[in-house]
Amino acid sequence: MARVEIGSATRLVERLGKCVKVGGMELALFRLSDGRIYALENRCPHKGGDLSQGIVSGEFVFCPLHDWKISIKDGKVQAPDHGCVKTYKVEIEAGKMYIQL
Amino acid sequence: MEKKKLVLIGNGMAGVRCIEEILKIDRDLFDITIFGSEPHPNYNRILLSTVLQGDTSIADITMNDWEWYRTNNIRLFVGETVVQIDKEKQQLRTDKGRTVSYDELIIATGSKPFILPVHGADKKGVTAFRDIKDCEMMMEYAKTYKKAAVIGGGLLGLEAARGLLNLGMEVDVIHIFDYLMERQLDPTASKLLQRELEKQGMNFLLKKETAEIFGENRVEGVRFKDGTEIAADLVVMAVGIRPNIDLARESGIAVNRGIIVNDYLETNVPHIYAVGECAEHRGVVYGLVAPLYEQGKVLAEAICGIKTHPYEGSVVSTQLKVSGVDVFSAGEFMEGEGTSSIKVYDELRGVYKKVVVRDGKIIGAVLFGDTSEGRKLLEMIHRNEPVSDAFQLSFFQANSTTQSTVATMADADVVCGCNGVTKGAICQAIVEHGLRTVEEVRDCTNASRSCGGCRGLVAELLEYTLGETFDKQAMKETVCGCTTLSRDEVIAEIKAKKLKYVKEVMSVLGWKTEEGCSKCRPALNYYLSMLYPGEYVDELESRFVNERLHANIQADGTYSVVPRMYGGVTTAEQLRKIADVAEKYNVPMIKLTGGQRIDLLGVKKEDLPRIWAELDMPSGYAYAKALRTVKTCVGNQFCRFGTQDSTALGIEMEKKFERLNTPHKVKMAVSACPRNCAESGIKDVGIVGVDGGWEIYVGGNGGTHLRAGDLLCTVKTAEEVIEMTGAFLQYYRESANYLERTSKWVERVGLEHIREVIFAPEVRKQLLERLDQALQATKDPWKEIVEKKELQETLFTNLQAKVPVNR
Ligand code: SRM
Ligand SMILES: Cc1cc2nc3c(=O)[nH]c(=O)nc-3n(C[C@H](O)[C@H](O)[C@H](O)COP(=O)(O)OP(=O)(O)OC[C@H]3O[C@@H](n4cnc5c(N)ncnc54)[C@H](O)[C@@H]3O)c2cc1C
Ligand code: SF4
Ligand code: FES
Repeated sequence: MARVEIGSATRLVERLGKCVKVGGMELALFRLSDGRIYALENRCPHKGGDLSQGIVSGEFVFCPLHDWKISIKDGKVQAPDHGCVKTYKVEIEAGKMYIQL
Repeated sequence: MEKKKLVLIGNGMAGVRCIEEILKIDRDLFDITIFGSEPHPNYNRILLSTVLQGDTSIADITMNDWEWYRTNNIRLFVGETVVQIDKEKQQLRTDKGRTVSYDELIIATGSKPFILPVHGADKKGVTAFRDIKDCEMMMEYAKTYKKAAVIGGGLLGLEAARGLLNLGMEVDVIHIFDYLMERQLDPTASKLLQRELEKQGMNFLLKKETAEIFGENRVEGVRFKDGTEIAADLVVMAVGIRPNIDLARESGIAVNRGIIVNDYLETNVPHIYAVGECAEHRGVVYGLVAPLYEQGKVLAEAICGIKTHPYEGSVVSTQLKVSGVDVFSAGEFMEGEGTSSIKVYDELRGVYKKVVVRDGKIIGAVLFGDTSEGRKLLEMIHRNEPVSDAFQLSFFQANSTTQSTVATMADADVVCGCNGVTKGAICQAIVEHGLRTVEEVRDCTNASRSCGGCRGLVAELLEYTLGETFDKQAMKETVCGCTTLSRDEVIAEIKAKKLKYVKEVMSVLGWKTEEGCSKCRPALNYYLSMLYPGEYVDELESRFVNERLHANIQADGTYSVVPRMYGGVTTAEQLRKIADVAEKYNVPMIKLTGGQRIDLLGVKKEDLPRIWAELDMPSGYAYAKALRTVKTCVGNQFCRFGTQDSTALGIEMEKKFERLNTPHKVKMAVSACPRNCAESGIKDVGIVGVDGGWEIYVGGNGGTHLRAGDLLCTVKTAEEVIEMTGAFLQYYRESANYLERTSKWVERVGLEHIREVIFAPEVRKQLLERLDQALQATKDPWKEIVEKKELQETLFTNLQAKVPVNR
């Protein structure tokens, strides 16, 4: 298991996602209104949409391409669509964000 | 005592309805198992037409959700087909190798679409229109392909064709006879229908017999017996259905066209029944839900041991579910020997009505253009009623009475044709169960649960029965699913309570979700900015990505950059700058847009601010709900027909109205003569120069729903054009729903009403004042971002990962 530092937590503004490339993969990071930070694989299961740019509402993000609704907490695509996005744990230490791969 | 085992083959509309009827009689009589080949719970097949036409989503047409099966202890196997019935052992076997035994067995396998036995019918891109899978396939194809051919000019074919038009395809309808819907209409009604559908954009090829479907890998076209051919990327076969009887036949159950049943829906084999489209009763196979539901009710009683009401056949009526077209037909609608008919034909209003009479009694009817008497006629046919003088008189009167139709109905009159629910039954249910909404009436009585055609009548009955206390809430359009409030109510509340933030609006007005959704957040953000110009701070996180990043997101996550070129006029210097930037940033495509300017496509998000800085041109707002372009023609500076300086006016208008946020995008054009080279007739605001003045057209649209603009007025000077356009725009900003184009808005509120508002000098003055306030508050967004490092940091830069360290 690898632990990767992805920068200062202050760079994430509430409800505005950001993306980061880690290895061959891209992650989307979100800070929800309750201040918590979550990470998902940045690929919509529908047609690969850039989730980091979606509208964030509560614990959900709406994909910018065709509006699929996806839970940021567990990656589950909400009905009527189906699918799942991989989620990653984010750890914060001394103001820095780390990702467990 | 052990329950008897009841098995249903076919998880469709007729079979599941019969189970519902059984549960109503006795919930504990049977241990129920259902098999269905499709991977869905029972859904409303009828509404697939509505789904295709874009008015409903697949998610909304489920009739019995998974929960329903669970609470009724029904074992459901979906995606599983019964392949054999052993009538001696009373057992059946499925394609998954499952064996199940039964005490009573209902076959409700419906129909299969008939596929013409022509060469190429199995090619990719050929489909029937029967189930969710077909519907999804068509919607998917419409995203990529353009030309569709529908074979079959019956109900189903025409509904499919309307859906494909709505999905933006060009549609040819091929029909073997010389008039459409010959099984429901007479030639007069059919020709009226054809004329109306042609107006909607359908193209008809009549008296054409399909010989072959051709194409390399997928469909490329259709060839006919007469040697002619057409191109097509998608072919929909809607040439009829065949009862799905293979399983029954192979299992030794008596079949003809359908599975033969008696008046209690019993087949020739004990304990096996058939219901729905697969059944043949007294020589008739039905293809509409109303008779199938009647059958289901009789079978439910019979199977529960109550053989009181035999099924004696049905009189069917049909309606076409295509918006803007009203047709109705029932019974024996063609004149024949021994019949006479009463006809009304009003060519001007496009209304045609005919009733066919035998021995003084009504036996059939066709209505076109005005179908308000359909239900009444169907009742009269049912009851074998004689034609009275009073009836004749009312029949000839144009339907102009404003009196509510429900008030004049008798209690025994049927409101919901599909489910056979009468006015009396609905009114009684409303009173007894205290029903308040159409949905509650639907769930309690089944009225409006199938084709939905009677929703309006049910709502009227609610209003009629409840009087003052009727809550119009139930029928209104809400902002989105997060609230029960409509746009107008939300705006009124924002004003009354002086709400200032999106979050505040949602919490004060009792939103069901804490932070709204992708529909209401951008809408509220717009309404607030419209109500408090210059004061409201745009909420970035409530903006759709395009309007947050001021660029258009592409399928691959890159963006496009379209700088302004006022009136489509450019200079060598601008072109040089664009060329330099494109080269420096390796822009994959430079394209001339349909809006007379240049698009740099495939730009990386991180590069956007730098590109804007280097271009040093204003944003073209090609991504925004705002003024997009003002297209112009060359005009009298060069053109020999030009009557006015259209480029100058176009540039002036673009400079005046650019950056203004609107409910949806706004496109304009200025042409210098009625030849209309800038296509002013299909713009939100289109100006046409004429000798000594300008015509102003509004509400035009060249997109999904093509609509020609309406002439608002003709004015003498360019200043007046700007003034009228400004007032029109501001009134649109203040009264349209978010995401409602001017074309829809003009239709909804009416051109006359708009004229009344903006032609009143005092009102216009106020509108223009508010418009100026809004315009003053705008800044060029690209420039703003280029100047503000923090904004670039928040919106455009990605996070960077440090080299991983192993632990
Ligand atoms: C670039 C352009 C096509 C081109 O290469 O020429 C274009 C591109 C897009 N159009 Fe368009 N439209 C373009 C001219 C048009 C026109 C023609 C015109 O404006 O004269 C129309 C029909 C006229 C009209 O709107 O009345 C047009 C009708 C649409 C529609 C249907 C709108 C409707 O109300 O029915 C959409 C969908 C929407 O807005 O919801 C759309 C949506 C789109 C979007 C923004 C789709 C999206 O949301 O991602 C496309 C962005 C492509 C991209 O990735 O950048 N585009 N689009 C044209 C840009 C013009 C410009 O300079 O700003
Ligand atoms: C697009 C469209 C629009 C329509 N519009 C109208 C309308 O406006 N008004 C109207 O009255 N009617 C309309 N109809 C017709 C109406 O939908 C049908 O009459 C009705 O659905 C028939 O019900 P059913 O239960 O007999 O068959 P279905 O609803 O077809 O159900 C049969 C089910 O059995 C399954 N099945 C078949 N064989 C097996 C097997 N061996 N094992 C397991 N499962 C099996 C099938 O997959 C299917 O799901 C429309 C139909 C379509 C397709
Ligand atoms: S540019 Fe317009 S017409 Fe072309 S694919 Fe995109 S939305 Fe459709
Ligand atoms: S790619 Fe995300 S919804 Fe289509």
